[in-house]
Amino acid sequence: MSQQIQGNAVDNISNRASGLALTDVSLELGDGAQKVRVLDHVNLHVEDGEFVAIVGPSGSGKSSLLAVAGALSLPDTGSVRLRGQELTTLTAKQRAKHRLQDVGFVFQSGNLIPSLNAADQLRMVNLLAKGPRNFDPMPLLDAVGMSHRAKHRPGQLSGGERQRVGIARALVTKPAVMLLDEPTAALDSARSHEVVSLLAQRARDMGVATVMVTHDHGMLDHCDAIYKMNDGKLTRG
Amino acid sequence: MFLALRELLFARGRFSLMGAVIALIAVLTVILSGLSSGLVNDGVSGLKSMPVSAFAFDEGTKTDNAFSRSVIEQKQVDAWSEQPGIEQATPMGSSMMNAITDDGTQVDIAVFGVAPDSFLAPDVSDGKQLGDIDGIVVSETMREEGVEIGTVLTLDRVDTELTVIGFTEGQATFGHVDVAYAPLETWQLLAAGQAPAGTPTQQDLDRLDFDYSSVVALKYADGASVDLAAGDAAADTSSKTLAESFNASPGYEAETMTLSMIQVFLYAICALVVGAFFSVWTIQRKQEIAVLRAIGAPVRYLLRDGVTQAALLLLLFTAIGIGAGLGLGAAMPAGMPFALEGAQIAIAAILTIVLGLIGAVISIIRIARIDPLTALGGNR
Repeated sequence: MSQQIQGNAVDNISNRASGLALTDVSLELGDGAQKVRVLDHVNLHVEDGEFVAIVGPSGSGKSSLLAVAGALSLPDTGSVRLRGQELTTLTAKQRAKHRLQDVGFVFQSGNLIPSLNAADQLRMVNLLAKGPRNFDPMPLLDAVGMSHRAKHRPGQLSGGERQRVGIARALVTKPAVMLLDEPTAALDSARSHEVVSLLAQRARDMGVATVMVTHDHGMLDHCDAIYKMNDGKLTRG
Repeated sequence: MFLALRELLFARGRFSLMGAVIALIAVLTVILSGLSSGLVNDGVSGLKSMPVSAFAFDEGTKTDNAFSRSVIEQKQVDAWSEQPGIEQATPMGSSMMNAITDDGTQVDIAVFGVAPDSFLAPDVSDGKQLGDIDGIVVSETMREEGVEIGTVLTLDRVDTELTVIGFTEGQATFGHVDVAYAPLETWQLLAAGQAPAGTPTQQDLDRLDFDYSSVVALKYADGASVDLAAGDAAADTSSKTLAESFNASPGYEAETMTLSMIQVFLYAICALVVGAFFSVWTIQRKQEIAVLRAIGAPVRYLLRDGVTQAALLLLLFTAIGIGAGLGLGAAMPAGMPFALEGAQIAIAAILTIVLGLIGAVISIIRIARIDPLTALGGNR
């Protein structure tokens, strides 16, 4: 049975100092008659180390939710907090810095930089985040089983391998939250299970609040909680 | 530079093609610069080598070809001599003439009549100083015509014979014709139409009743500031600085303007081509840049990286193009007016790089407009 999180629970969510908390978040896109409410009073809390999935049809608002949770866009109303820090009041520059240091994105098909080999994908993020000069990408690549492909570029990797490198890249800065946008969209069933299992394991081991948007209901067994998105409304499944 | 260098290596095929275009543009800029300098030298090296600050032409003389048109009287020279800041004012004659050497070679010469004891007397690299009534000092480039010291040049129509007694230091040409310095009185004899057939003599000069020249050559005193307008008013002349007077030599303005126009178009093409390449390159990288921006890469970092990439490309391939252009320039046939001058080539290289970079920056700046949200796929 679905249960919408609202009412008194809202205050409890917004005051928490751990994990990711979206409170009464609404967002409209478009102008005039074309205006569409893509997020409708959404409430969501994901604890550190928790791995939750959001499912729903195309256009239901899943990616918009990720965008707001990752400080890529600002909601019209509501609060977005990560480990107690309010994100909606940050400037664009501060939000970019926040994404770099506290958010790990995993995109469809990995979305790796074509010119960089697997190790350089990680070095690039470390460089942008002004991480340690002696940063070694190999332990992270090893953790996702990709150290043997460190010198290979995305074009030389399979879909599953690209996604593993994408996961390692998202973990470079030890983020507080990982946001996964259809991470299995380009993978077969076996590879999908492998990747999502790895993500769930990493999220729990590193205490990272993780939100996965997916169409693939076969992956939901790996998740601690499942939410459904429909017409901008989020309900727990 | 982390990403810029790796992208240059990764897309080396595309960057090499673009680089080849930049290198070709650089080759063309060197060739055009060489041609431009060569034409300038051919047109006015005779004037450039003179220690002159300014020339005064007769008032109302048409600018083009003014050296031949202008007629100056001695009183105008005297008026200029009295002007404040003028160290020396001396008359100079200028005429274009055809001649034939004693071995039958037809040559064209610009006869400059100068007083042998004035500051206009040419420095001589070989032979005697100017002074003999029938003696001329000619441009070193006349050696290519087989002219030597002692060669007699017979002027067409008047059959006056002038003997080469020396060569100038370096090229001295005017209006693409070799300069022949003659004593001012000898030039006046020719200009007055009183020159005899054969060798001119002192008796011919004594009979000369012609006290005109073409222009007044002015030399400023060290550090002096000369009011040319005041001098013109006093002497009834129209004066030009040495550089301005180049336009008064035959065809100079038309030639330099044509070449300048081609060069301007070339630089514009460079900026457009490089801009178009980086525009397409940025569009191709749109998804990649969106991902980087979604991750949190600062726009400033991405812009700096893109501009660095363009700068590296322009620097490398402009250097290659300049090198190739210098090689081609060295292989130019001797008859072609072509001169490689370091300063001109440096300016051409800097303009190629700077204008190419401006084109690239205008294209790369669109990175700032790429929405990081597009990294999240098409579901939004």
